[in-house]
Amino acid sequence: MRLMLEKRLEPSRVMLVATPILSVVAIMMIGIVIFDLLGYDGFDAVWQLFVTPVIDLYKWRDVADKAAPLILIALGLSIGNRAKIWNIGAEGQYIVGAVAAAGIAFMTQSFTGNWIIPLMLAAGMVGGGAYAAVPAGLRIRYGVSEVLSSLMLVYVSLQLLSYLITGPWKDPHGMNFPQTAQLTDAQTLPHELGSTGLPPGLLIALFATIIFTIIVDKTVFGFSIRAIGEAPHAARYGGFHADGIVWLALIISGAMAGLAGTLELMQLTRLNLGFPSGYGFTAIIVSLLGRSHPLGVFIAGIVLAITYVGGQVAQTVVHVPNATAGLFQALILFAILASDILVRYRIRLKSSAVSEVRS
Amino acid sequence: MTLSFIIDALITVIGITTPILLAASGELVVEKSGVINLGVEGMMLVGAITGFAVSFETGNPWIGIAAAAVAGAATSMIFGILVLSLGTNQVATGLALTIFGIGLSSLIGSNYTGFAAMPFDPPFPDEWAQDAILRVFFGHSFFVYFAIIVIFTIGWFLSHTRAGLVLRAVGENDFSAHSIGYSVIGIRYCAIAFGGAVAGIAGADFSMVITPLWAEQMTAGRGWIALALVVFSGWRAGRLLAGAYFFGILMTLELYAKASGYAILPSQFWAAMPYLIAVAVLALISSRDGRSGKEPACLGKPFMPNG
Repeated sequence: MRLMLEKRLEPSRVMLVATPILSVVAIMMIGIVIFDLLGYDGFDAVWQLFVTPVIDLYKWRDVADKAAPLILIALGLSIGNRAKIWNIGAEGQYIVGAVAAAGIAFMTQSFTGNWIIPLMLAAGMVGGGAYAAVPAGLRIRYGVSEVLSSLMLVYVSLQLLSYLITGPWKDPHGMNFPQTAQLTDAQTLPHELGSTGLPPGLLIALFATIIFTIIVDKTVFGFSIRAIGEAPHAARYGGFHADGIVWLALIISGAMAGLAGTLELMQLTRLNLGFPSGYGFTAIIVSLLGRSHPLGVFIAGIVLAITYVGGQVAQTVVHVPNATAGLFQALILFAILASDILVRYRIRLKSSAVSEVRS
Repeated sequence: MTLSFIIDALITVIGITTPILLAASGELVVEKSGVINLGVEGMMLVGAITGFAVSFETGNPWIGIAAAAVAGAATSMIFGILVLSLGTNQVATGLALTIFGIGLSSLIGSNYTGFAAMPFDPPFPDEWAQDAILRVFFGHSFFVYFAIIVIFTIGWFLSHTRAGLVLRAVGENDFSAHSIGYSVIGIRYCAIAFGGAVAGIAGADFSMVITPLWAEQMTAGRGWIALALVVFSGWRAGRLLAGAYFFGILMTLELYAKASGYAILPSQFWAAMPYLIAVAVLALISSRDGRSGKEPACLGKPFMPNG
């Protein structure tokens, strides 16, 4: 008897939904073992990492604040994933988007009015989208892999941010700290939206999730990105324009990252050296864990946000190092990638060929 | 410009080039076998902390370097199992490996911040490096000589040995290589492990010699430069060596611009320069070689021997 892999004719829908859940559970189990080996109380550490943020009502706000940017960026990335276009520079687009919005803020310091916030959000999306258009243009015009070029631009954006906050945009009243001036009230969103009590970021993420669900499930564009990803030659034959998809996939994901960066800027009220948070990279995990479907992305964003918040809890309660959350996020990504085989293949217990003939 | 200034600059260039040359050499072998591993940065970081921690604990830098190689190879095997045995997407898996390497190295490294690395003497005796000119040849750390040996050995291996030919065949046409009886998966496992070991040693160069201490994410994106370098080289060892020195010179310019204070442009511009140039060079190379150009034909495509 031995295990055999048998290719499924159609990817399993059950497994498509079940494997992300199984992956997270498996990593929680493995986590207990890893922490025990490292000399911590494994069960307690995993409990703090994954469960405390869920059962502690006071942590929900933190989870929502972390989930919003992750969901927004990952929604954009999931469009590219479906078309097999890899934007791994969302962190850079997030930064450039925030920089563009901060530029508007810099120019509108002495103004008030309802037009400032929409203008900043638009600037953030344009900034992020334009920054993502660079790898798109390079790929279409010169055939440069968007994987490397988008990533390289992250490092460029970090230097741009550093230059602006230590140079021309440095807060004149900031005691020489490398940071921009604080946003005015007209430039920030309220902490909670009206009577809902929900943070504006999460509401925007929820709204974006609905829009993206409609786009990918109900529009020709949604169908064509999947067609390009799954069968590029057939799609071209079918009249879909591959270059157009590259432009759109990258610019949409860049604009979403820029939007997330702008909302984060409004939350933190200024840019400083701590602004680049790695959300752009974690969002890649979110988009894959969510199976590149908007609804999945929304749930995955909350799960990854829980590990961020739980990582801080575990740090103070169980004294694990703060890198723990990042490690677990990577392990979840490994698990989800590995479990893909269950979607595409069926595991069969088979007797060996010889015994089959005899029977 | 005095002679000693030029010599100093030259020695800086050689030192700064070494880890990217090493990491890119390993990746060249991996990509020649038809696999693209974007986890170079992660494997370098795991090598960096392992090299630092093991040489710190044992008091022997050589054990540290060996451990860095083993750690790099072991890390690369996670990638290997996923992409080769489970057929996962190479881009996503490589990226996961980098995120994993950042997390794992930070986790281990949290016990080692704030310590200086074990002193690691150059392999040649001090007397040989007294003279200014001789210093250029004999004044470097082990890693510099190792990197040169590795890239020349790879160049010879790929173009002059039977095993190198088989490796290239696997990367150019996995199906044919499989049907004439070569183990495509087995060969790719070996290539990935080699790439991981070399990336691990490249990381150890950072934490043991270049900045002899441990800091989170201390490789600062050099692993990605190494990946760009492989494309830049057109998958050829000779051009890889030249390209590595080109980037080494750029990074040295950054250091000197920062230090001199004469810089007309802000220091951040110089820091961003290698990445901007890398993007520009990729555009130049890719447009000339064409989209399918000189890259191994099976690069990035999964191979499942049983369908």
